[in-house]
Amino acid sequence: MPLTQLTSIVTPLDRANVDTDVIMPKQYLKSISRFGYGDWAFEPWRYASAGDIDTPKAERTPLAECVFNQPRFANSEILLSRENFGCGSSREHAVWGIRDMGYRVIIAPSFGDIFYNNCLNNGLLPIRLCTEHVEQLFLRSQGNTVLSVSVDVSSCQLSVEGMPAMTFELAPSQQQRLLIGQDSIAQTLDEADAIRAFETQHKQRFPWCFGLGAQ
Amino acid sequence: MLSQTPQTLYDKLWQRHLVSAGSDGQDLIYIDRHIVHEVTSAQAFEGLRHANRRPWRSDSVLATPDHQVPTDNRSAGISGIIDPIARIQVTTLDDNCREFGITQFDINDKRQGIVHVVSPEQGATLPGMTLVCGDSHTSTHGAFATLAQGIGTSEVEHVLATQCLRQRKSKRMRIWVEGELATGVTAKDLILHIIAQVGSAGATGFAVEYAGPAIRALSMEGRMTLCNMSIEMGARCGMVAFDDTTADYLQGRPFAPTGELWQQAIDDWYSLQSDSDAVFDEEYRLDARSVAPQISWGTKPDQVIAINDVVPLAEHGNSAVQRQEWQRALAYMGLQGGESINNLSIDQVFIGSCTNGRIEDIRDVARMVEGHQVAPSVQRAMVVPGSGLVKAQAEAEGLDKIIRAAGFEWRDPGCSMCNAMNPDRLPSQARCASTSNRNFEGRQGDGGRTHLVSPAMAAAAAIAGFFVDIRDWPRLC
Repeated sequence: MPLTQLTSIVTPLDRANVDTDVIMPKQYLKSISRFGYGDWAFEPWRYASAGDIDTPKAERTPLAECVFNQPRFANSEILLSRENFGCGSSREHAVWGIRDMGYRVIIAPSFGDIFYNNCLNNGLLPIRLCTEHVEQLFLRSQGNTVLSVSVDVSSCQLSVEGMPAMTFELAPSQQQRLLIGQDSIAQTLDEADAIRAFETQHKQRFPWCFGLGAQ
Repeated sequence: MLSQTPQTLYDKLWQRHLVSAGSDGQDLIYIDRHIVHEVTSAQAFEGLRHANRRPWRSDSVLATPDHQVPTDNRSAGISGIIDPIARIQVTTLDDNCREFGITQFDINDKRQGIVHVVSPEQGATLPGMTLVCGDSHTSTHGAFATLAQGIGTSEVEHVLATQCLRQRKSKRMRIWVEGELATGVTAKDLILHIIAQVGSAGATGFAVEYAGPAIRALSMEGRMTLCNMSIEMGARCGMVAFDDTTADYLQGRPFAPTGELWQQAIDDWYSLQSDSDAVFDEEYRLDARSVAPQISWGTKPDQVIAINDVVPLAEHGNSAVQRQEWQRALAYMGLQGGESINNLSIDQVFIGSCTNGRIEDIRDVARMVEGHQVAPSVQRAMVVPGSGLVKAQAEAEGLDKIIRAAGFEWRDPGCSMCNAMNPDRLPSQARCASTSNRNFEGRQGDGGRTHLVSPAMAAAAAIAGFFVDIRDWPRLC
């Protein structure tokens, strides 16, 4: 699904080093689907006890203090967090969970490398913003205030009322993919001839890199 | 004239595999080896089918199930997986490998095991290769002068379909280790110490090369332990240059080249070094002699201290964010700031994982526990070999008998309690001496308290019933 621009209230998740084990606990990784992870994301912080893949939603006890359970953030599409968000395990299920909760944008000072790519491969925009700006966004979403942020993918700008516009970095090819919702495999297969040509000379130079022939 | 510019090992590996340079820095690199397990592949194969695509090169792929497999009752095969949903995931891997002509060591194969143990021991991981797997600990294979990276499931599908990965080249970091590790101090202690220095995000965006006399002195098993945990400081890959140790390990492995091809390969592999005048974007230097046995106290892999140090006080954190984080970690771990971990009682011991489930690790454990008994206060102590072949080797050496006689469970190969996807789980609030790689909240079981240590430290803790400084232990490895 393309992402061009978005205005949404922000869910402030005030934690650093949020790892993908917490975002999507182990018991949900046995699903072989790409969808349906929304109710499981952040389980240890959202619910009173751990469930499993077949636990009915009605049997879950949501923790009122968790931001994800607060009605004022119910329609939020932008998640705000601290440094090193999405560190740890490569599990893409973490991104599927955040996406299935309805988020399209995550703002943090830094991200785990694998997680960052996983986001972009699922139409979710990870925005790296300097620590000072992130701090200001947290300050503006404290207490009962609800902060609204606008994101424009084509100009790579983020705007908040009362603050100067902020620019974020995004590789042009990744920006393009977000804007048109393009399949990255199709994009690479446009270069199939170049891949084949490379492969031929690579095999001549390093024949031992090919096959599992000795079995 | 590009080749005359001094290059790091990472630069050389990158250049060898560059198919095309992207105008915005997003390059296309060719992937030689793709390792696949059950948890991160089903959706990728489904994606291929959905788009009517086939794998670009099935013979580049090696598969084995490891996360969901039980570590007992393995004679029952697939029906030994109690959870029906987990069973479907493993049979889905079987079906996908059959459909696409992929070599798999299935649950019944004696070569089955943890992907990062199996591929090197088969010689499927070779120097100079690019290697990927849908698992963050793929950095392990960098021990072979390989560019090895963990990827997500969409990228697994991308590599299956195109044999390529599109990515930005990382910055280069070198970690240079002088001197020699003291007796009783292992590669695990060294990497835990390094992570504590660099920080859990300190190497994000970097490719790390470990170098220096202390690294050269490590065995391949030790180098794999080191590279394995690169991701715990944010680096997607860690690597060690090729040398005689690498060659000796690989010669005669089932998928390694033989005869004339072996000679040709060896000649090439010796070039897999950073040039002496190569420039790194960042460099750390440390002395191995200053490294004591290490132990994690918190819930992040950089929350680590020497065994003879005390747990930090939350108020000593360097920022409000860190102070809050330390406070949460101490509460979760049931610890007080200022407390010593030496002598802290434990409930369980887990020895295994892609970090420390190799034969050398099991030899260390056997040496430590021979003639001793697991303390009665320890509810459970288990040793889980990293692969069927590691298990067989240990049994051929009689190590299983020593380990069982000491009161440990001797299990079947798999990821087991490192990530607790199979039934091996840590109960809430149970304190565990673990040789695995992550101490995240709930990683080994909801509410479980993980302390990351070396195999020798875990073995000694099992016998004592509490953490000890193994430099004071009578049987040092």
